[in-house]
Amino acid sequence: MRSLELAKRNMTEVWRDPVSLGLTIVLPVLMLVVLQALSGVDDFFETASLTPGVVLFGFVMLMFSAAMTLSRDRENAFFSRLLTTPLTPNDFVTGYSLPYLPVAILQALLIFAVAAVLGLETAGNLALVFFVLLVTAVLFIALGMITGAVFTLKQVPFVYMVILLLAIFGGAWMDIEAIGGAFQSVGNVFPFAHALAAARAVLIDGADLGAIATDLYWVLGYTAVVVVLAVAAFRGRMLE
Amino acid sequence: MHTSDESETHISHVDPAIEARGLTRAFGDFVAVDRLDLTVARGELLSLLGPNGAGKTTTIKMLCCLLRPTCGTASVMGYDIQRDPIGVKHVIALSPQETAIAEHLNAWENLRLMAGLHGFRKREATRQSGELLEMMGLAGRADERVKKYSGGMKRRLSLAMALVSEPQVLFLDEPTLGLDPQSRRAIWEYIEGLKGKTTIVMTTHYLEEADALADRIEIIDEAKIIAVGTPDELKHSISDGRVTIVEAEKLTDEAIRALRDIYPAVRPIDRGVEIEAEAVSLYDIEDVLRPKGIVVQSTYQKQVTLDDVFLELTGKQLRE
Repeated sequence: MRSLELAKRNMTEVWRDPVSLGLTIVLPVLMLVVLQALSGVDDFFETASLTPGVVLFGFVMLMFSAAMTLSRDRENAFFSRLLTTPLTPNDFVTGYSLPYLPVAILQALLIFAVAAVLGLETAGNLALVFFVLLVTAVLFIALGMITGAVFTLKQVPFVYMVILLLAIFGGAWMDIEAIGGAFQSVGNVFPFAHALAAARAVLIDGADLGAIATDLYWVLGYTAVVVVLAVAAFRGRMLE
Repeated sequence: MHTSDESETHISHVDPAIEARGLTRAFGDFVAVDRLDLTVARGELLSLLGPNGAGKTTTIKMLCCLLRPTCGTASVMGYDIQRDPIGVKHVIALSPQETAIAEHLNAWENLRLMAGLHGFRKREATRQSGELLEMMGLAGRADERVKKYSGGMKRRLSLAMALVSEPQVLFLDEPTLGLDPQSRRAIWEYIEGLKGKTTIVMTTHYLEEADALADRIEIIDEAKIIAVGTPDELKHSISDGRVTIVEAEKLTDEAIRALRDIYPAVRPIDRGVEIEAEAVSLYDIEDVLRPKGIVVQSTYQKQVTLDDVFLELTGKQLRE
């Protein structure tokens, strides 16, 4: 499997870059602790509501890191060399995505572990929450692939800002239903609000798969489209 | 002009390794490669020789399926570069002009990655990588991350990464650019060893390199091929008559005029004159010069170099 050979190399690159790995994993945890401390004063951030938001924030960081790696590689002659091997666009997307999946899982587990220490209680099936988050992680990694394939190293941070804003519009930090109106409508067009709604419904209300199906379809649909677009973006970049 | 050499190196002209017809690439209004026709026999080492910006790298990038031709066609080992790029990529390897390595990996990992991407099994990949590390003088530091390597070491590794998959067709874009003489010599020897087995297209602007290694040279200038031949054919093409250098001190204009009475083509050079003629007689020259009190210090046949060929064909030096 050629894509696995490439994935192995990229995995090594990820684990040998402790600074960005640390930022991706530690920053969301810190954020959880700080926001949780703030909620002592104001009840706004309930742990069960906050935790999926923090995980989502971690995934945005992950998307940024994946996009930076790919974009940086593209500017390097090493990438031209990879392009002369029999790797297909699918192999490239797989090879660059796979290494981030264990990072995403580690991130989510760590955030949930810290949240548990801080008093997180769940009303529903935690496995279902993780399933929702896993699909969401794939979505964000695929977004990182498109961003890295299309944009230059200098442009990637701007795209990151846009995705971050959209995640916030999706309700990563606040309850968009409470704000309502145009804000809520915009948020609901994107999959982030649906991923959060699904995860929170299971955590807080103990919802089952049937109850979150609609939100889950939104996320799955977006993920499928983004993966296809990422492969297409790659194909376009392979031959100038 | 291959004769006995050719049978030793197994160059086959029956079924060419590379065939390009009218290959053209334009970037906006700028035509980088203009209707290039190219045939490379299996096992042949073809050198593309030309100044920077002549279109050498663009040609190689099209043949490696990195750049789409604006028009024209080409095939590599029978695979069409536009219809079957993956087929092409199975049989080629490219050593790009820039150093192309994964900085956070060590030398072993870099080489095994390339072998793995070409479908080598682990044991094979390790054996092949070990040999190359030895050959490139990197074995002692093969476990270090290549980020810490010197520029020369990185370049040697980069070249080894093109060789590790034992490609049928090897593209070498300026393989020894910026290398020290010893490394260059070692790489020349390795390339020499591949000749006849591997088809090689090598760009260079080191004339000695093309002269030493190439079976055939195509001189490329301003997007077009302007001359093709073996190194010897090219040298003979510009100098029908032989050139003799006569070194003598205090050669006056009057003496040069007197020499021109015998040989029409006399050109003054730094320390004497250059005479182009079928045959030059030292006696005749001394008969002219001795009465004027001028002593001939030496005479010798001038070797025509590819530099002269290039200057003659393009009116410019290859390297400024």
